[in-house]
Amino acid sequence: MDDDIQHRLDTVASLIVDGSPHAVALGFRIDRLTPGTAAMSAPYSEALIGDPETGTLHGGVITALLDHVCGMAAFGGLGAKDTPATLDLRIDYMRPARPGLDIHAEAECLKSHGLVAFVRATAHDGDIDDPVAIAQAAFMITRASKAAQERAMKAMRGEHPL
Amino acid sequence: MSRALLDTLMTAPYVARFGVRLEIKGTELTGVLPFDNDLVGNPLIPALHGGAVGAFLEIVASGSLLLSQPLQKLPKPIDVAIDYLRPARAQDVYARAIVARSGRRVANVRAEAWQGRTDAPVATLHGHFLITPESSEPGSDAR
Repeated sequence: MDDDIQHRLDTVASLIVDGSPHAVALGFRIDRLTPGTAAMSAPYSEALIGDPETGTLHGGVITALLDHVCGMAAFGGLGAKDTPATLDLRIDYMRPARPGLDIHAEAECLKSHGLVAFVRATAHDGDIDDPVAIAQAAFMITRASKAAQERAMKAMRGEHPL
Repeated sequence: MSRALLDTLMTAPYVARFGVRLEIKGTELTGVLPFDNDLVGNPLIPALHGGAVGAFLEIVASGSLLLSQPLQKLPKPIDVAIDYLRPARAQDVYARAIVARSGRRVANVRAEAWQGRTDAPVATLHGHFLITPESSEPGSDAR
C-alpha cells in the first residue's frame, strides 16, 4: 500500500514545485517525499528580504514554504491521489531567520482519514532543534481540488485539454 | 502613524516583488494584492498560493499597526493563525485589518481578505505582533 503511494509520490514529485508558479517564484526545492512526510527548502535570496535593515527573509517566504510542505505531507498522508486545500494554518515565529541562510522545512502528517489530514511542520535554518518557526495545519480534499485533479488526469490521458 | 516605517515595509524587496499596495484614506487602510501568475499555487483550479495570501494578510496587519500609532520598529509577528475560507481565484485580492488590542509590547490584530465581494472573504488572519511604541507611558498599558 505504502509502496503504491510512494510510487505515485515519485511520479508527481517533479510537479510539486514546477507545477506551482508561486513555489517556482520563491525558488523552492523538494528534498524528500514519503507517504505522510515531506521536506522542502527555500534558498536565501536578496530579492525576498522582508526587513532591509536586518536582511532577513520576509515572513511570507516561510509562510508559503510551511503551507507548501504541509500540503505535500497531507497529500501523501491522504493517499497521493487528490491535492488537498488548506483549511487553516497556524504559525509560531520562534526567532528571525539568519540572513544568508537557506530555510529548510520538514512536515509530518499526524493523522489522516477520509478527506481530512492534520499536519505539523518545523522550519529551521540549519539546526532543526533551533527552529525559526513551527506550524500546525489542517487540510481537506475539497470539491474544487477534486474537480481540478480529474481535469488534470484526463489531460494526462489525452482525453481533454486542460 | 509611522510614515517612514510604512515606506520601509512597502519597499522591502519581497513586498515590492509581489506588487502589494496599501491604499490609505484617513485612518482606513486597504491592502491590494494585484493578480500575478507568480502568485498562483495550484494552476489546475486555478487558485492563489495559500502562503501568498497569508503573507499578504500579514503585510496588511503590519501596515494597519503602523498606521494606527507611531512605532520605533517594524512590527514582528509572534504567531498567526490563517483560516482559508474559499479558494482565492486568479484575480486581485483586497484586505483590511482591525487592531483588536494594542499594548506596550504586543498587539492583537485581525485581518480579512476578499476578492469579488467583501461579504465572501477568501481568508482571515488572527495574529499577535511584537511592537515597540514610540512613547510607552508607564501605566498606559494594563498588561
